[in-house]
Amino acid sequence: MKQVSTIHGRAIPLGLKNVDTDVIIPAHWLKTVSREGLGKGAFETIRQAPGNPFDVEDFAGAPILIAGDNFGCGSSREHAAWAMLDMGLTAVIAPSFSDIFSGNAFKNGILAVELPQEQVDRLLEVAREHPITIDLENQVVTTPFQDRFAFAIDPFRKHCLLNGLDEIGLTLERDAAIGTHERKRAASLPWLDAPTNKRREPA
Amino acid sequence: MPTNPRTLYEKIWDAHVVERQEDGTCLIYIDRHLVHEVTSPQAFEALRIAGRKVRRPDLTLAVPDHNLPTTPRTAPDGSRLPIADKQSAAQLAALEANAPAFGIDYIDAVAPEQGIVHVVGPEQGFSLPGTTIVCGDSHTAAHGGIGALAFGIGTSEVEHVLATQTLLLRPSKTMEVRVEGELGPGVTPKDLILHIIGVIGTAGGTGHVIEYRGRVFEEMSVEGRLTVCNMSIEGGARAGLIAPDDTVFRYLNGRPYSPSGEAWEKAVAWWRSLATDEGATFDKSVVIDAADVEPTVSWGTSPEDVVAIGGSVPSPESFTDPSKQEAARKSLDYMGLAPGTPLEEVEVENIFIGSCTNSRIEDLRAAAEILKGRTKASNVRWAIAVPGSGLVKRQAEAEGLDRIFTDAGFEWREPGCSACLAMNPDKVPPGERCASTSNRNFVGRQGPGARTHLLSPAMAAAAAVTGRLTDVRKLMGE
Ligand code: SF4
Repeated sequence: MKQVSTIHGRAIPLGLKNVDTDVIIPAHWLKTVSREGLGKGAFETIRQAPGNPFDVEDFAGAPILIAGDNFGCGSSREHAAWAMLDMGLTAVIAPSFSDIFSGNAFKNGILAVELPQEQVDRLLEVAREHPITIDLENQVVTTPFQDRFAFAIDPFRKHCLLNGLDEIGLTLERDAAIGTHERKRAASLPWLDAPTNKRREPA
Repeated sequence: MPTNPRTLYEKIWDAHVVERQEDGTCLIYIDRHLVHEVTSPQAFEALRIAGRKVRRPDLTLAVPDHNLPTTPRTAPDGSRLPIADKQSAAQLAALEANAPAFGIDYIDAVAPEQGIVHVVGPEQGFSLPGTTIVCGDSHTAAHGGIGALAFGIGTSEVEHVLATQTLLLRPSKTMEVRVEGELGPGVTPKDLILHIIGVIGTAGGTGHVIEYRGRVFEEMSVEGRLTVCNMSIEGGARAGLIAPDDTVFRYLNGRPYSPSGEAWEKAVAWWRSLATDEGATFDKSVVIDAADVEPTVSWGTSPEDVVAIGGSVPSPESFTDPSKQEAARKSLDYMGLAPGTPLEEVEVENIFIGSCTNSRIEDLRAAAEILKGRTKASNVRWAIAVPGSGLVKRQAEAEGLDRIFTDAGFEWREPGCSACLAMNPDKVPPGERCASTSNRNFVGRQGPGARTHLLSPAMAAAAAVTGRLTDVRKLMGE
């Protein structure tokens, strides 16, 4: 995973609420066996409308997206995060995110920043003409003006993002603890370990 | 040892904590992992690249469902028919190769047990009460119907579970949805969950695990409980739970992966101990009066956009929240509906009975009961019934339900996700309406431009007969 520290650049002022993962990447793009190339299908339905913010030349390659409440709701498809990465997005700012999306975003090194609606509104306004900076280390979003919006982030996630740590590698280091749990579980709830693996019709 | 009163969720959670970090994040052990063709290829690819193994292939079960065509899969000579769509074929081939390569039990596309992963898990006894169950699919919540803590995960998490059999999670808040009283005739578990989502909204359960409580659920079949828990995700919750009881134990007893003999007795004793303790508290509580629940349909493009069948399409101005007004305007525009239109006047050209929400035997029986001796209306262009699994299909055929469907003008299909998300060839054409027993009415969900009305199987059957959204109670007991 790439390290994430400061993200600076143009931010696409989408502002829409309830952008579900079907909107981020429609289902017909999911028929892939690889993580790459999904940027072409990202926000397809929105991009079909003339004058949509993705079409504005200033925002080509912008690293930040600003959206409304409940971003990433709906299906759990991680393709949504891959599609956003593939189109160059490394951060999203919104008043709230769906649980699954924020997990998927984090795991792919996309920073999901939650800010109150008024601050998001202010950023939407600034973003039309100016770049925005997200400083992960200091947990603050700034604009070329006086705005300084502090945001909260899970300390573990912050640590992993700043250091580009791979979650699986970290967990594999806990092998001994996992083994202990497995032995305890085998002793107290032994049937959990013994799926018969022989399929037949139910009796 | 006296402990504080705990909820069902807290008991399952506590039993699965491998390690607790200072910040409250826990490494949680995963008992059962279901894998399908769409969200797994990239996880296996990443394992291979990193040279990692699957820690517990024995706790993992793979079955294709999302993009398999639901037309016959074998030629008359028994040979397998190729899948026309190249990408679907590639995803299927990837799963077919990955499962044996990593030592995972695989139910192949032509096996009689194949079906939608959330139908197959409980049906095979692979999903058990008190377990943690994950799958790269948000409707994993369904398995909460048998009392498992079950939730959808993304592909990176699929990879994490494959490699470590654990997930790093923070405990969720608890939410109680208590339903008081009894459901009226013609009101099904699907109507109830649509109604609940209408009340709490699609973000009502965000950050929470819902426990459904009350006599309605105690008296509900396992099939019905799976339907209710399935749509917890539409209410924003990652998981839904119903306390496991004798109904569940009877359902699971003798299933292929279920424990048997002495192990079964031990398991049941533990499962009984999981119910929420007297005095345990929930972070949030919602009370629903069952008498308020009517056969329910959706009118918009969010699962919270629901109304009783006797009602009319609401006007955007009827919502207080300006952003909801805006969303309603967009929804109605997409759905081609005018405010004030009685729901019963809305004509439908397509009927879909299927999906992990409503494709179990009870669902097919409920639809068949309405269809028996009737045929679909002439304006209904396309009607399909898609059983949730090969075993459901066989059972239905043994009961003669397939004939009722085909006599009524339905197509009787092979099991799979089908028109629920239109990844396979089963799609609703642009601008056309579909009365659908699935769980999502999002824009384009059943095909680009398709207009979805969510409802119960009996209501879908009623719509097929009249060609309009219809109160099923008018066709009952005739
Ligand atoms: S039937 Fe629909 S909701 Fe269920 S797993 Fe398949 S695609 Fe997902």
